[in-house]
This record gives sequence, structure tokens and C-alpha cells, in this order.
Amino acid sequence: MALYSEKVMDHFRNPRNVGVLEDANGIGEVGNPVCGDIMKIYLKIEDDMIRDVRFETFGCGSAIASSSMATELIKGKPLGEALALTNKAVAEALDGLPAHKLHCSVLAEEAIKAAIRDYYDRSGIAYDPSLFPACEDCGHCCGV
Amino acid sequence: MYLYADNAATTKMSRTAIEAMLPFLDGVYGNPSSLHSCGQKAKEALEDARDRIARCLNASPREITFTSGGSESDNQAILTAAALGAKKGKRHVVSTAFEHHAVLHTLKKLERQGFAVTLLDVAPNGLVTPEQAAAAIREDTCLVTVMAANNEIGTVQPIVEIGAVCREKGVLFHTDAVQAAGHLPLDAAAQHFDLLSLSAHKFHGPKGCGVLFARRGVTPERLIEGGAQERGRRAGTENVAAAVGMAAALEEAVRDMAPTAARLTALRDRLIDGLRRIPYSALNGDRSARLPGNVNFCFEGIEGESLLLLLDDKGIAASSGSACTSGSLDPSHVLLAIGRPHEVAHGSLRLSLGEDADEAQIDYLIRAVSETVAYLRGMSPLWHDLENGRRPHVLAR
Repeated sequence: MALYSEKVMDHFRNPRNVGVLEDANGIGEVGNPVCGDIMKIYLKIEDDMIRDVRFETFGCGSAIASSSMATELIKGKPLGEALALTNKAVAEALDGLPAHKLHCSVLAEEAIKAAIRDYYDRSGIAYDPSLFPACEDCGHCCGV
Repeated sequence: MYLYADNAATTKMSRTAIEAMLPFLDGVYGNPSSLHSCGQKAKEALEDARDRIARCLNASPREITFTSGGSESDNQAILTAAALGAKKGKRHVVSTAFEHHAVLHTLKKLERQGFAVTLLDVAPNGLVTPEQAAAAIREDTCLVTVMAANNEIGTVQPIVEIGAVCREKGVLFHTDAVQAAGHLPLDAAAQHFDLLSLSAHKFHGPKGCGVLFARRGVTPERLIEGGAQERGRRAGTENVAAAVGMAAALEEAVRDMAPTAARLTALRDRLIDGLRRIPYSALNGDRSARLPGNVNFCFEGIEGESLLLLLDDKGIAASSGSACTSGSLDPSHVLLAIGRPHEVAHGSLRLSLGEDADEAQIDYLIRAVSETVAYLRGMSPLWHDLENGRRPHVLAR
């Protein structure tokens, strides 16, 4: 069996929504260079809808594919749906990730949540901080 | 174009080695321990392979033990020296921080058994010195083990000088010559190694076959119990075909060594010059004291696994010291040992050329790597931070 599913390779080779969104009103960045992966998500939110989304990723094939898939899963969706996106949904949409690569889908979920939180902060919208758990339990080396 | 540039991982078998092996897979399949003629023919072939490998090393056939490969040879070499040392109350080993894991993990095992291990620091150019080895040797040192050439960054260690230091101080010297064999001269009479490890598949021989050279008077400690094969040093029915293939491959590599090395070195340097033009890149390891076919670079702002996958799409087989390619969280211990920080070590690429490489391939490699690095940097938030001055560059422009 190949390292990655065809879906992962497709999103890695042809990443969707890659780049910078100049008029983004919510930006989230997670990961760090020491770990070897950073994901940055740009959101353009209007009327509680994700009107547009872009990503930039420094990382391995599954990190790039996870970012790409995550942006596809939230594009044009209500904010509530984007907030509810789980890493499991990202991994499943990619037809699975190798066990030691699951943290890439965790990063994608966290990057989207970080961008939404940034939107709330910028817009002065009150939110429940418990919806935005700190990076933990992912078994990754964030904060090293 | 398909361009296999991962010859440090393994090589394509040479036609000569395949042809040499075939009769022992088909007609002469006897067990060398059998008394009948089919077995005795196999025995003759095995001993002939031993003779030929011994000649390539300027050694005696009695100093050659066939093993399953480089890892087993490294394990056996170190455990042999440790057992000999322990008998004299000597329980200290000197090695380097960037050895292959077959060495480092065996040393860990010795530490659990009460041995002390000193790992020499490796300089940023990927070299250790005989002076460092001399300074680390103690009264209770039983072994110094330093690789002949590093498997990732290809730096060639001063094993002749380190061997001389060890001989003077009466300490056994082992060298893991897995990457060096077939590329650099190895001479048991002129060089002072007592134990040496080889692996056939690194020089166009078959996988699953290696050799442990142990100088006369140093009897290898048996790791595998069973029959009396290999003069009691390694039990198990011998892999005759592989031994014959290994001998053929080594002879071929040693015969063509000088011209091949000269040609590959020129191609290597052309590749290094081409990749150096990529901004914020750096060659890992000394430029001249390195294996003829080895090129290893770090590129800031990108991660090695994605680079490898995209190069694979362009028909290029390479490898990386990135954590993501190893399944661990840390990047290559070799790159960390030469002082590369984690974030830079993640963006490493090793290209190890084969004897059939040519200038057109080198130019294709330079183009493909340059384009792919630029593409990945284009989507890397880390690269953008570096370019905007939000983070400081680690490598020079």
C-alpha cells in the first residue's frame, strides 16, 4: 500500500484554496517551525458565512492535503459548521491518514478554530472560550 | 525521466552480480555443510567468494565472516569488542554522535549493561578528528568505533589516522564502512582497523548480505546460536548466492573505483554548485571530504517530505532527514549533530548519485529541485515570515 490515499495525493499535488486572502477578517496560525509544520488559515466571513478561505502551509504532504481538504469542507458554509469541523472529518474526507500523520488533521481543525476566534476578537463578538481548546492531547510537539 | 538518486539507501544490482548469483539459485543449491557434491560445490563457491572479498580488502579470508548485512556486522563488531574488553575490566567505548543507528543503538544496549560511552561531538563540517579520539580514550577504553563515511551527509572521516591513534594506545578500532566500501580504498594491511562492517547492497550487490572483517586475533562473538557455520562465528545456513553476488559486486566496484570516483566527484560538484544558487540553502557536511556521489542540502522554509513527494512526481527518487519521513518527531540525528536547528533540519534533501549519472541528469536535478523548493516556499507561511523579517533567517543567503 502506498503511504497516502489517492485523495491525499490529489489534494497535496493540487491544493485547493492555497494562498493569501488580502481582505480576510479572520486569520489563524498554528504549529511551529521546530515541529516542522505551520498552518495558516485566512477567512472572509460575512453574515455568519465563510465567504472565502485560503491557506498557507509549511509541512509534509499530509499537512498540505489536510489544509486543502479542510478549506474545501468549510468554504461557503455557515460559521457554526466551520466551528464544528473535527480533525476526524478532515481525515475521513481524505480517505484516512497514516496513524503518525493524524496530527496534521488536528492542526487543520485548530487552524480553522484559531481563525474564527480571531474573527470574533476583531469583530468584538462575545464567545465561549471553551469552544477553542488549547493545543493539547494531539501528541505533537507544539510548544517545544 | 526516471532518476534514481537514492544510492545511499540502496543500489540497483549490477548485471555481473546477478549473473554470478544465478547458478547458486538454480543448479548449485546445495547446503555448504552437506557432504555430497551439490553441497560441496556450494561450499567451494562460498569460500571462493570469501577469498575474493578478502583480496578486495587486502585481508586474509579467515578474517572474513558473512553476515546478514551492515547492521548485523555493526552489532557483532561492537559486542565482540565489548566482550573482549569486559574480560579485562575495560568497559568504555568511544564513538561519534552521528553514527548509524545500528551502532548507536548497540551502544545504548551496552550502556544498559554498565558500559560507559563517550560520543565525540561532530564539527559543523561533519567531521571528527583523531585528536578528539585520542583525548577521549581512557585507561578502560575497549573500543573506538567511527564510521568511514556518514550515511546521510557523506563526510569521510579520518579513519586511517584514528586507527593509528587506537593502535598506538592498544584499543580496538571498528569502522562502519557500509557507505564507504566500493567508493574509498579500504586496506586491512595499510589501515589500522581491527573490525570493519560491509553491506553488499550498497555497492550493487544483493540485500541481506554483509561481511564482518575481524583482524586475526580478534574472534567475533557469536550473536546467532546454532550450527558451526562461519567457523562457529555465525550460525545458520549460508546465503551462498548472496555471498557470491557480493564478491562479484565488490570486485567490480574496487576495480572501477578511481575512474568512477573522479567522474562522480565532478558531477557531485556540479550538483552542489547548482543547488547553492537556491537562496537560503546550505550544503550539509564538508564539501571536499565527502563521498563522490553524496549531496545533502538544507532549504529554509520548507519541509523535506513534501519536497520528496513532488520530486517523486518528477521522476526523482531521493531522501530526506525530515522528521516526517522517519515517523518520529525529531529530524535526523546527523543534521542535529552538525548543529542544524530543527526548523532547518526538517528541510533537508539527500541526493546520492549512481555510477550511471550524467550531466544532463544533474542539470535536470538542479532544475527540478530549484522549482520545487520555490513552489513549496510559495505556500509556506514560515518562508513568508522569513522573507518579511518577522523571523530571522538561520542560513545565509
